[in-house]
Amino acid sequence: MHPVRRQRLLLVLFIVVFSSVAIGLVTYALRGNINLFFPPAEVAAGMAPVGQPLRVGGMVEEGSVRRAADSLAVSFRLTDYQASVEVVYEGILPDLFDEGQGAVAAGVLNEAGVLQATEVLAKHDENYMPPEVAEALEKSGYDHKGVPQ
Amino acid sequence: MWSFFHKLGSPPWLYAISGSILRWLLPITLLALFVGAAWGLLFTAPDFRQGNSYRIIYIHVPTSVVSLAAYYIMAIAGAISLIWRMKMADVAMRATAPIGAALTFTALLTGGIWGEPTWGTWWVWDGRTTSMLVLLFLYLGVVALYEAYDNKEAASKACAVLSLVGTVNIPIIYKSVDWWYSLHQPASIKFTGESAIDSSMLYPLLLMICAFYALFTCCLLMNMRAEILQRESRTGWVRKLVASKGDS
Repeated sequence: MHPVRRQRLLLVLFIVVFSSVAIGLVTYALRGNINLFFPPAEVAAGMAPVGQPLRVGGMVEEGSVRRAADSLAVSFRLTDYQASVEVVYEGILPDLFDEGQGAVAAGVLNEAGVLQATEVLAKHDENYMPPEVAEALEKSGYDHKGVPQ
Repeated sequence: MWSFFHKLGSPPWLYAISGSILRWLLPITLLALFVGAAWGLLFTAPDFRQGNSYRIIYIHVPTSVVSLAAYYIMAIAGAISLIWRMKMADVAMRATAPIGAALTFTALLTGGIWGEPTWGTWWVWDGRTTSMLVLLFLYLGVVALYEAYDNKEAASKACAVLSLVGTVNIPIIYKSVDWWYSLHQPASIKFTGESAIDSSMLYPLLLMICAFYALFTCCLLMNMRAEILQRESRTGWVRKLVASKGDS
């Protein structure tokens, strides 16, 4: 290869490697802030700030959803199967919100460790299948992830 | 190998070969897009949880995938134009940027339309949506940076450096759902092992991904041809071409 071109090739490699390392270090340093939400275990361990806006994400605990009879108020527990966080919310929940499904709640954590949510988002998993397939899987005793129940 | 590389650098050769590729690739692309869209939108079952709203996957995923791949094409073309000062690589880099921007914009738009009924929000600052927004700005940045220079040779160099620096964003977008907690779910299509998407839904999706790759190739070649004609408008072969088209 021509020496001038070799020099330019090295320059190009240097640009790519240098910028990758720089941005890699920045994202590594900021990794805690890039996460969209706190898992309940971190909230239980006291790593989440109290009285500041934050998000908590996890699975909606089975049987924990309680709706008020006369308003849109709802309460439920988010869990990561290590710890769980009580969430209270007033408003319309997204279509995919359900027990045993993922959800992310944004709001403020109070002293008692209850999240006063101002927004609840549903998180869906990577599984897509026709209803018949889901039914057949359920009948044969597997959940939609292919894990025996 | 090297003679092919040298031929690629010749505008009349590239113009001719891209013309003959487009003649068969363009009809195939349109057919694949039509078949894939009809298959995905009309002939697959609804999802067991999302119902029919998941069908936007047939636009959202292909545009996202190709917008990432297109960025590498732009960056590699930029590197070749920096190292070998090859004008046609420069043309390819410039031609990719607006197509990539359009694809990224479509991916963000369809993502918002999909997110509103399923997640409950149009927009969320999670790792993946934010890094996709950065990708859109990188593409638009390359377009804007080129236009900002009067000296087009300096403009090409600056654009090539910008697109090379931006490559770091691509693995970030790809791995964002695994590295950080985000609202996006992990990948459904897996290269190894069984995909988390049922095969009756997977096949039309793969067809749409291929169709969008082909569509990108067609748009890229057409963009490059227009740029080549503009750059070479004073040369003999373009004058001859215009004259022969005028006769027929």
